[in-house]
Amino acid sequence: MKKNESYEEFIKGVWRDNPVFAQVLGMCPMLAVTNSAINAVAMGMATFFVLVGSSFLVSSFRNWIPKQVRISCFIIIIATFVTIADYTLLALVPKVHKELGAFIPLIVANCLILGRQEAFASRYPTKLAVMDAIGMAVGFLVALLSLGAVREILGDGALFGIKLFSANFELWVIMILPPGGFLTLGVILLFFNWFKFKKDEFLEDVAKAERSGN
Amino acid sequence: MNAPVKQESASPSSMRLVMTLAIAGLISGIAIIGIYESTLPTITANKARELREAVFKVLPGVSQMQALVYRNGELVAVDEPGKDEPVIYGGYDESREFLGYAVPAAGPGFQDTIAILYGYEPREKLVVGMEVLESRETPGLGDKIYKDAVWVAGFSALSIEPEIIAVKKGTKSNPNEIDAITGATISSKAVVRIINEAHAAWAAQLPPPGSEPAIRETDTASTEAGQ
Repeated sequence: MKKNESYEEFIKGVWRDNPVFAQVLGMCPMLAVTNSAINAVAMGMATFFVLVGSSFLVSSFRNWIPKQVRISCFIIIIATFVTIADYTLLALVPKVHKELGAFIPLIVANCLILGRQEAFASRYPTKLAVMDAIGMAVGFLVALLSLGAVREILGDGALFGIKLFSANFELWVIMILPPGGFLTLGVILLFFNWFKFKKDEFLEDVAKAERSGN
Repeated sequence: MNAPVKQESASPSSMRLVMTLAIAGLISGIAIIGIYESTLPTITANKARELREAVFKVLPGVSQMQALVYRNGELVAVDEPGKDEPVIYGGYDESREFLGYAVPAAGPGFQDTIAILYGYEPREKLVVGMEVLESRETPGLGDKIYKDAVWVAGFSALSIEPEIIAVKKGTKSNPNEIDAITGATISSKAVVRIINEAHAAWAAQLPPPGSEPAIRETDTASTEAGQ
């Protein structure tokens, strides 16, 4: 039972309540840094680190933090993790850090992270909070990567910097410009919602068939 | 953190709120100082290596470099240029022969400041290389100022006197003209303008060709950094 519970918290973030496709949170980094797959992965990993780290701390200290100052405490914790991620990326992968630029410090303002602290981590035991954070972060990473991969393939003819097409391939430059982010996100959201709609319809049909069978 | 207190309905004292935030801030501060101190050497080394690689790229054949600043009417070699002090880099080959200057320059581009480094050969008055260090030009268009190999190669022997002129692609006819990039005219003109302005600013301060400061014996700090 316990195991199922953690698994449930994990999988809901990846698929059913995916922060981008279902909750439409964290749009700012989502649209800004997904012009290549490697940037998307770096942003996803940084967010993963910040989200899991802050959820762990917030959940561990949830009984010590007075609720009047909880938001300030969450922000201090999140900002600390963001600063750590910022300097680590600058030291280890200066090139990627340069590309992401201002969007790393802006992880502090990602509503996905503060939202999880307020809605989940500050109310549930540490283990569940960490599972929830991992699920949400993986969901965010998957969403970033799917956008980044599509945009890089169409806009730059490459994936992770490896050229995929011959020189004859006409690049869709718009895909790596800001409008490309909106277009790709729109198409992916359309697909996600269509899939959900079809699934609900199917479940309804099954329920109807069962009822008439009885 | 503070001693555990049961979640009570009465609001906690202001003292407790202040203490909680103070302690959280203190721990956060210590963590940030820790990460700053532990990554600083790597970051400094990375920057030094990047600069060194860029200098070697814009001045072909260079194997040693030193920082030069203009003080009291002459160019002198320094280890640590002062803050906000304009600095250029002298490049020397293996036999300690002076080859040229690598000049950092910056100016407004299409989106934001473009920072470049260009190699300057004072005897022939030629630009011998150009490298973009920092730019936020539009991906796919303006970023061709460092992604377009033909454009970058155009700076490998470009006369700087009286000044560089960016002309429409395919119409280059003089040694001081360079073909602008189609679709990135503003960015390419910006690069040319940055070089012209930096050259105008430095021209009076450079010693006559042949009397450049020699590379110093003890100059290992700036050449070995980041190896």
